[in-house]
Amino acid sequence: MRAETSTLRPNPFSNGGSGETLVEVENLKMHFPITEGVFIQRISGLVKAVDGVSFQIKKGETLGLVGESGCGKTTTGRCILQLEKATAGSIRFDGVDLTALDERSLREMRRNIQVIFQDPYSSLNPRMKVGEIIGEPMYVHGVEPDKKARRARVRDLLTTCGLRPEMDDRYPHEMSGGQRQRVGIARALALNPRFIICDEPVSALDVSIQAQVINLLEDLRDKFDLTYLFIAHDLSVVRHLCHRVAVMYLGKIVELADCDELYDNPQHPYTKALLSAVPVPDPEVERKRPRIIVSGEVPSPINPPSGCVFHPRCPIAVETCRRDIPELREVSPGHWAACPLV
Amino acid sequence: MAVSEITVEEVAAERNEPSHRRALRDWICRKPLGAAGAFVVLFFIFLAAVAELITVYDPVANSFESMHVPPGAAHWFGTDQFGRDILTRIIFGARTALLVGFLASVVGSTLGLVLGVTSAYFGGRFDLIFQRIMDVFMSFPLIIMALAVVSIFGTGIQNVILAITIPFIPRCARVVRSSALAVREIPYVDAARTLGFVHTRIILRHMVPNVMAPYLIMLTTFMGQAILLEASLSYLGLGVQEPTPAWGLMLQGGAEEYAESAPWIPIFPGLAITTAVFAFNLFGDALRDTLDPRLRSE
Repeated sequence: MRAETSTLRPNPFSNGGSGETLVEVENLKMHFPITEGVFIQRISGLVKAVDGVSFQIKKGETLGLVGESGCGKTTTGRCILQLEKATAGSIRFDGVDLTALDERSLREMRRNIQVIFQDPYSSLNPRMKVGEIIGEPMYVHGVEPDKKARRARVRDLLTTCGLRPEMDDRYPHEMSGGQRQRVGIARALALNPRFIICDEPVSALDVSIQAQVINLLEDLRDKFDLTYLFIAHDLSVVRHLCHRVAVMYLGKIVELADCDELYDNPQHPYTKALLSAVPVPDPEVERKRPRIIVSGEVPSPINPPSGCVFHPRCPIAVETCRRDIPELREVSPGHWAACPLV
Repeated sequence: MAVSEITVEEVAAERNEPSHRRALRDWICRKPLGAAGAFVVLFFIFLAAVAELITVYDPVANSFESMHVPPGAAHWFGTDQFGRDILTRIIFGARTALLVGFLASVVGSTLGLVLGVTSAYFGGRFDLIFQRIMDVFMSFPLIIMALAVVSIFGTGIQNVILAITIPFIPRCARVVRSSALAVREIPYVDAARTLGFVHTRIILRHMVPNVMAPYLIMLTTFMGQAILLEASLSYLGLGVQEPTPAWGLMLQGGAEEYAESAPWIPIFPGLAITTAVFAFNLFGDALRDTLDPRLRSE
């Protein structure tokens, strides 16, 4: 398929499989203004944190979003959650455009879309007991108005998330990082959401706990029929959990493919470099395998490079990369890459 | 993230009852001056509470046969120009001072707390405009502001309280706002928004409890200030009116005419004001040192 065809179709990045689309992000842009002056504010620049991101997530699917720090992964997640007001683009959940909802309908809609935060220490209110943290959303949304039934459901959720039900009487600071993250997961489940954004949910935990939390997320996905957007920078975690993976660089998606396809057959030079940075746990192989080292630093999103944003660091860049902004095109069925050279 | 750290410790202190008592003893050893201040404050509260039981004279009735009696066995602090026992009036005056002090500082700083957090939570243009309004209020010196309120609404104890409360609001709002700005960026506030809570709930349940440290510090500082302001207003004749026993009023009645001939008349109410304000300030300072991690010396 040619590059032009992708621009004709409004949102082409589906895996071609069956199942209906739950989340649809189209041409999402989040530009943060840099202002000067106190009263008369003048915009002196823009941080293009997210610059034209589109993807679809099907019901029951887990989409991984990977990329190095500052590439706009978290901002994309925050835009979907409506914690940031996107500069442009649409975010549709089950056909409803979240960016167009009024405050009241949005609050109602939020029941369906939840988040698990990276830092289990700052994501729980230190003044509330675990039982209140998980029970409050049920009370507010009238999911479980009866106090006794609510308490039972909170304890039920705690058990589901691998905690003891008595822990509802504890304060967050009386728990370990892993336990607190489980409380965060239980809170996200309190309203029976359909879609959960996992914003690096394990990167603040130590390795032994990471595996447990990943397995928990996997079990919950099957049990509650959840759809995840899994934001991470740990590629091995993503491979274990995700069906499809999108790679972001400087506010743009550079490659999107089925998980195994992306890991076995990366097309974009940035993805290749990223994958070759993952260490292999065999010193023999590790010594012999070729590594693609990208030179330089990530450019500033305030003043991104012209053309392909990756061209200054790209090992295969040619003259036209400096000029032309590459479109995502389907290099093989379901495998999209934003590089004209592959 | 300093805010979240300290609150965690406070919660810990509140939770474990046995260690609570130990924490109190530790605090007394570490902050003896603050503990002394707290003790004096409690002593004044005790005096005000049981005033009728511990005094033998009437605080308001004139007695012309015992005017200008110097301090002695019958009248420990002497009597004033109307023959009223000064000790009795100081004890009853503690009631006025504490009533005004507590009400004005609690109401003023609590309103400031809610407004400050609200301002920080909404941010942007709302915050900008709201803070400029606060600037206008703060550009008046405390006493001038209080004078203006009293001259508009008239004298009397409830107007004195109002006059002292209003200038406290922006001062507390400003300090609380700066802490709330930090709290606003902590993910649990994002979590509350994601869960679809209304603004009021997020402000009152998720942000306000986490800015308690600056609030409590402002509260204790204000108590001392409120007592001093009440005395100043009464001294200027704009506060509590005769014959209600009030320290500032006693000072006014005694200072001008009797400073030389009967110095006990102004000295004792003056001492009462000084002691009470000093005690509140010592306690407030110690509380600030304990709650503010940047000043903690451990």
